[in-house]
Amino acid sequence: MLTVENLQFSYGNGPDILKGVSFSLEDGQTMAILGNNGAGKSTMLKCFNRILSAKHGRVCMDGQNLLQMPGREIAKRMAFVAQHVPGTQMTVHDVVMLGRRPYMRWGFTEEDHRIVHEAMEQLGLTPLRGRFLSQLSGGERQKAILARALAQQPKILLLDEPTSSLDLQNQYQVLEIVRDICHNTAITAIVVIHDLNLALRFCDRFLLLKDGLVYRYGDASILDRTAILDVYGVNAEPVTVNGQRIILVD
Amino acid sequence: MNSGRLPSENNMPGSDYRRNQTRSQIFLAGLFLLLVVAILISLRAGSYSTPIGELLRGIFGKASDGKINIIVRNNRMPRILTAIIAGAGLGVSGCVLQAILRNPLASASTLGVSQGASFGAAFAIIVLNAGAMGALGRAAIPLCAFVGSMAVALMILGLSRIRRIPPEGIVLAGVAISALFTGATTLIQYFANEIQLAALVFWTFGDLGSTNWTDISLMGGVVLIVSIYYFLRRWDYNALLSGTETAISLGINVGRLTMFNMVLCCFTASTIVSYIGLISFIGLAAPHIVRLVVGNNHVYLIPGSILAGATLLLLGDLFSRTVISPVILPIGAITSFLGGPLFLYLLFKGGKKRADS
Repeated sequence: MLTVENLQFSYGNGPDILKGVSFSLEDGQTMAILGNNGAGKSTMLKCFNRILSAKHGRVCMDGQNLLQMPGREIAKRMAFVAQHVPGTQMTVHDVVMLGRRPYMRWGFTEEDHRIVHEAMEQLGLTPLRGRFLSQLSGGERQKAILARALAQQPKILLLDEPTSSLDLQNQYQVLEIVRDICHNTAITAIVVIHDLNLALRFCDRFLLLKDGLVYRYGDASILDRTAILDVYGVNAEPVTVNGQRIILVD
Repeated sequence: MNSGRLPSENNMPGSDYRRNQTRSQIFLAGLFLLLVVAILISLRAGSYSTPIGELLRGIFGKASDGKINIIVRNNRMPRILTAIIAGAGLGVSGCVLQAILRNPLASASTLGVSQGASFGAAFAIIVLNAGAMGALGRAAIPLCAFVGSMAVALMILGLSRIRRIPPEGIVLAGVAISALFTGATTLIQYFANEIQLAALVFWTFGDLGSTNWTDISLMGGVVLIVSIYYFLRRWDYNALLSGTETAISLGINVGRLTMFNMVLCCFTASTIVSYIGLISFIGLAAPHIVRLVVGNNHVYLIPGSILAGATLLLLGDLFSRTVISPVILPIGAITSFLGGPLFLYLLFKGGKKRADS
């Protein structure tokens, strides 16, 4: 179980971006962080694994405060998928191998190679393992990064707008993979996402962030007309179509 | 280690990865072979012509002709080893600087380390009048060159730390500091006499023939130790290619890694430049040549840059010694003269390849 308590953050001496965020999340759940631009969604995500250093607060996993751990130990528990994936001249295999870096001492072991092969297999990347990342499409590249994150064998996956540069098919494919992994392996995923309908389709829990504070947190029912109007300034109605809840903008 | 592979790997779909690896390994082996050939040719090149077998025996002082023993041990081997060590050190430093600063133009010379060394040498030759100080003067020039180049390194590090310049901007800071030191060197030169000017110009030419076995041991020790360290950090440099945030999320202290490696690279380059004078382009060109074949994986890029740097400088020295023999052309000018067009060729070839793909 992940528990975040009173998380606060500011850039230097600037105004507080996060003003005391608290929530808890069960294992295997997929949570969407929602809010308008500048609400502090990505900042919050990056505070969880100390990409950004929080001013105050605790991020506890099974009672242990991750913010007090060495970076390598955090990396064994939390994996991060960045919004932009640079297309480097590194093969898919080597990129996924990076996921074993937190466990590496002098070199990689047979066990590391086995885990990397499994991660590539899980995402259907084995035929592409010799290709450079720069030669892949956006969707394939995102899958390679996701496989690298899985190779870290984390308990929590942090995804910063993982679908922002993908077409519709790849958006669904990537989020489907994330959801299936979470349900099958009890990995918890926290996704920063702008598309409310994608969030409703693939996530179990929703955290609405407004001006650095948790505006609402809970299941899909929190995304009602009032909340969407307050957070996004848009009139929209949640409706159910073929059993799937979607948001229709007026 | 990385060589540990699953048994069925070659039969798996995507075995082009294995082919990719094999190509990289063959390329490294080819570079090593080229280096060995360059060593043998360099050993033979010179006015005192001898069979190669005699020369090889001369390395161990066992040649039948006593003169060969002296020539090999006192003249040719020190020169060859200096070229190999300096080339390897500059090549690997360039490779690591390009990784940690995320800038393909990063190298000791583009950061201003060489210009700092020039200033230091000018200070020693002109202000301290090192030419008139005998043995003390001969020690003062490399020492001041080292202090000058380390001063540049510390200025860049200080600026990046205090003013929080991002790694990508450090090369720009290096360009500005280079201009500052070049200006300062010109000002000192303005007050020099003809002998001092000639000594300084000769120093900036670069000279692989002025090192003794103590200098070689010191340079070799530095290059060996930092190369081992760089190789141990190879996956950290790979992680940096995926971006700073990703590297941090993989447990790497990016700030500490960048600072420490900058200090090491500048220290290595300063040590080399202070002994042999200005050598340009090796640090820039060697990693790029290797990158064209092996890609960005530092598992191959680091040893490749060591081998390519050593080979390039040795071939450059061979060219400078033989093209209008017995005159020995300045190695610094040769590396720039040959390295510039080579680099342009690689750049345009790489650009065409990218456009084609």
